Amino acid sequence: MSASILSTVFASEGAATFPILPALIFVPLIGAVLIALMPKSRPELSRQMAIITGLLTGVLSIALLVEFKTGDAGFQFVVQQTWVQSLDIKFFLGVDGISLFLVVLTGILFPIALFAAKPEHSPKGYYAWLTLLMAGCMGAFLSLDLFLFFLMFEVTLVPLYMLIGKWGHGRRVYAATKFFLYTMLGSAFMLVSIVTLAVVAGAGDKGGVSFDFTKIIATHNLATSTGRWLFLGMAIAFAVKVPSFPFHTWLPDAHTEAPTAGSIDLAGILLKLGTYGFLRYGLELFPEATVWFAPVMLTLATIGVVYGGIVAAMQRNLKRLIAYSSVAHMGFALMGLFALNVEGIEGSVLQMINHGISTGALFILLGFLYTRRHTYEISQLKGIGKVAPVFAGIFTLVMLSSIGVPGLNGFVGEFLILLGTFMAHRWWAVVAATGVIIAALYLLWAYQRVFQGEPDEANKSFSDLKISEKLVMVPLIALIIFLGIYPKPVLDRIAPSVKRVVTRLEVEVQGFHEPITRNGADLLHITESSHTMNGEHGLGVATNGQGANQ
Amino acid sequence: MIASVFAQVNVTSATTENEIVHVAGPSIDWLALLPLLILLVGALLTLTFSSFLKGRAPKGLFTWTTVAVAVGAAISVVPMWARVQGWNSLMWWNLDQAQTGPFSTAGGAVGIDGFSLFITVVLCIGVVLAALLADDFLRRESMSGPEFYVLLLLSAVGGVIMAMSNDLIVLFIGLETLSIAVYVLAGMNLRRVQSQESGLKYFILGAFSSAFLLYGIAMLYGATGSTNFVDIREFMATVVPIHNGLLLLGLVLVLVGLAFKISAVPFHAWSPDVYDGAPTPATAWMAAGVKAAAVAGLVRVFMLTFSNYASTWKPIMYVLAILSMVLGAALAIVQSNVKRMLAYSSISHAGFILMAIQANSGNGITAAAFYVAVYTFMVAGSFGVATIVGRKGDGNHELSDYQGLVRSNPWLAGSFILLLLAQAGVPFTAGFFAKFLAITAAADAHAVPLALVAMVSAVISAFLYLRIIVAMFMSGGDDGLEDVPRANRLRVPMAAGLAIGICVVVSVVYGLFPDLLLHNARAATPAAVQFERPASAGSTTAGG
Repeated sequence: MSASILSTVFASEGAATFPILPALIFVPLIGAVLIALMPKSRPELSRQMAIITGLLTGVLSIALLVEFKTGDAGFQFVVQQTWVQSLDIKFFLGVDGISLFLVVLTGILFPIALFAAKPEHSPKGYYAWLTLLMAGCMGAFLSLDLFLFFLMFEVTLVPLYMLIGKWGHGRRVYAATKFFLYTMLGSAFMLVSIVTLAVVAGAGDKGGVSFDFTKIIATHNLATSTGRWLFLGMAIAFAVKVPSFPFHTWLPDAHTEAPTAGSIDLAGILLKLGTYGFLRYGLELFPEATVWFAPVMLTLATIGVVYGGIVAAMQRNLKRLIAYSSVAHMGFALMGLFALNVEGIEGSVLQMINHGISTGALFILLGFLYTRRHTYEISQLKGIGKVAPVFAGIFTLVMLSSIGVPGLNGFVGEFLILLGTFMAHRWWAVVAATGVIIAALYLLWAYQRVFQGEPDEANKSFSDLKISEKLVMVPLIALIIFLGIYPKPVLDRIAPSVKRVVTRLEVEVQGFHEPITRNGADLLHITESSHTMNGEHGLGVATNGQGANQ
Repeated sequence: MIASVFAQVNVTSATTENEIVHVAGPSIDWLALLPLLILLVGALLTLTFSSFLKGRAPKGLFTWTTVAVAVGAAISVVPMWARVQGWNSLMWWNLDQAQTGPFSTAGGAVGIDGFSLFITVVLCIGVVLAALLADDFLRRESMSGPEFYVLLLLSAVGGVIMAMSNDLIVLFIGLETLSIAVYVLAGMNLRRVQSQESGLKYFILGAFSSAFLLYGIAMLYGATGSTNFVDIREFMATVVPIHNGLLLLGLVLVLVGLAFKISAVPFHAWSPDVYDGAPTPATAWMAAGVKAAAVAGLVRVFMLTFSNYASTWKPIMYVLAILSMVLGAALAIVQSNVKRMLAYSSISHAGFILMAIQANSGNGITAAAFYVAVYTFMVAGSFGVATIVGRKGDGNHELSDYQGLVRSNPWLAGSFILLLLAQAGVPFTAGFFAKFLAITAAADAHAVPLALVAMVSAVISAFLYLRIIVAMFMSGGDDGLEDVPRANRLRVPMAAGLAIGICVVVSVVYGLFPDLLLHNARAATPAAVQFERPASAGSTTAGG
């Protein structure tokens, strides 16, 4: 029914099928240009324009979700347009179960970020850069051409650089420059890898250069050592973006100095470019290298989980604390990917979405805090729960979701990841599981110091949330609870594409079987419980995995 | 070939005594030389007519005549391009071409092929941009007069000769014509001692490098028995020299001479001082035009003539490329003067072009041609902004002079940011595609480490460009100061604004639609075409 509604909505476009994927990129792009053309004297116009653009893109992304065919593992809504003929570079877009929810997350989180925070000065440029950032993120998730992906991946740098550098706090220029150079250094390696791959794979006409993702996947011209080097090049870029331990040092600085909307989008969307990149352009492009590097990546991810948690506990600044918690959470996402089984990868995709929602929500709340107190220092805050009960209540819920309390969204992803990793590499999962406890430690401790006790003079006048601020939080809270109770619709759409990736790994890599252990009775019990949690055919991977194993 | 022409003269005069001497001069396709002639005649006419005007020339007259001459020269390339590419029709005009394809004329001294025509157009564009930038600058610095424009056109003539050269001697003549004019341009600003210094420095070092080049040419002549590119190429294809010391020495010396002109490390020491001291529009021309011409020379000598000797010169080029890219980028960071920063970054760009050349492939030539064309716009635009910000006296080029430019001149600052981002190689700018093609060429030639070094050095230079942007955009932040516009609003002259606008638009358009330029850059292949020697002295005779 909803499909028919949509088709009537888009019938006015005249085309038989509405080009929804290009629209997702070009609507914010055009919006950004329009905002840039607005007169400076009327700042409210640029805000309205940005909100219209954001909402329109959000609606389009929801429409994409509705129109998406659930059981299909391949790419849908594919659009192709030649761009540079001689190098076979195309404007090539498509969406599958993996990228679908990241696109939807982008579509939801950006408008919320627009509503949640206002710039302190020069709003026109702020909104223009923010909408441009949205276009870049959409493009990066949707592109199926390696070259286009690189462009979009890079193009997100400039808006965020400007947002942090011009609208940030404190040592903003230092943080912005560090962010820009760090990411660009990673991308440098990626570009060389992409170019070399395009040349070596020779997927174009008559063995020529091609950047087409689907064509490159279909070729088998890659020598083992070449594949490993190229994977390494890509991995550096993505590890910086995730950020994985030891490449994470830019993130706390960038987060601390970024304006609220910058933090929301950075944590919520941009970090996912790293894990998404690992999945799409690591696991899928270089199966052999992926399997070879998996132990290293798992170890880095595990270190990230534990180290990020411990460092977060030591922070005196709330934003830095959340930034380090991002390192830990994204470590989980990375870990799930390199478990190389369906549970782990599914959990990882889910963790990306959950982290976007929870951390996005946390940064919005910190933004509210900052507008009232103009500080993120924990020592300056005390007893806010007394004067602002609603604020404290919402913060508690979001915090619990970030900790991964069962019944809220964070739990599902982390559980699947730990399960998948346990089946693949038991001890890594055991170590990483402490990360969940550490998360509870640092968040609850911070909560206690900020919200409990008697408010002192400075915190007494802390006003509770306004209606508009509560409304902004509503969709995020709804998602936190919905995904915690009933993640099945999401998992159903992710699963086919994830299975495609794992099957490809098994086919391409000799001697590799999806690591699923089914020897212990205890373990079997655990998988079954995950079944009941996800509905009757929820994951559907246990049976499938068993089949593959036999 | 030149030598053979003279030889013919001697022979004929010796055998005939009482008759009218028929000298078998080389046949010349005047149409092919039209761009060269337009530039040359334009320069000479400007000089002649300006003496009649006795300083009463209307404002901006010479600027626009120079622009017209350069545009005319660029347009005159079009029919030749159509002939070289073998087009049957040009827009609505049906061409009935007797011969198509690249050809050689003037006794094999000049080669007309896709590459030479492409570089000719690039040089013409460089002249247009430099002339537009110079317009208001010269009045501001009380230097108005035709000299600047005449020298500009003459140096462009030299550049075109280099681009079309099919003979080492012609290459040298072109280089000298180009250089001598640029020496004077660098030292033109009589009121700035730095300009005087830079002119002298450039002249002395440039004279040395020319000497190296000439010495190398002599060596190559000794080793191969010819100065003609095609003859040398044929010689190299058929003969394997056992004692190749002479050849190697010649090649290296020629490389030194040309590497000096594109300011590749370690022959770069002159460029920061000279770029800094020279009048800024002249710097724009030096960075754009001189480099383009020298790249043309490198391509013609190494990729065309000695391409099957590549295993020898490639490693040298490899090292030069790495040194130029890394040192150019790294040394730029410690500068505080924007003109010097841009000078060092142009060294880094030279490294990228060398990387494309060392690939020694069709892709490499395409990449070099694309890079040179795009770089001309980026660098001319950047120095154009520096021209305006330099203010009266042309001395305000410190980073602090750019502070608050976003507030006082948002359009100027915005253009500069775009040009700098393009130079940094940010996606959707032409600069990105230039770097991308160079890296593709290197990867294609199995030089992946070189490509990696290139990208890392691109990141180092990105820091440099960010420093300039930060200075314009965000003053303070770290020191707790809010943005205080220090600069007064600068007047942006119309002509210079036009030039910068062109540069910005091109940098963006070629970034979005690279096929527009890539298509032509692919067609810009140099060709070694043997000049068909006239069977008898009858085909074209001089003095008959």
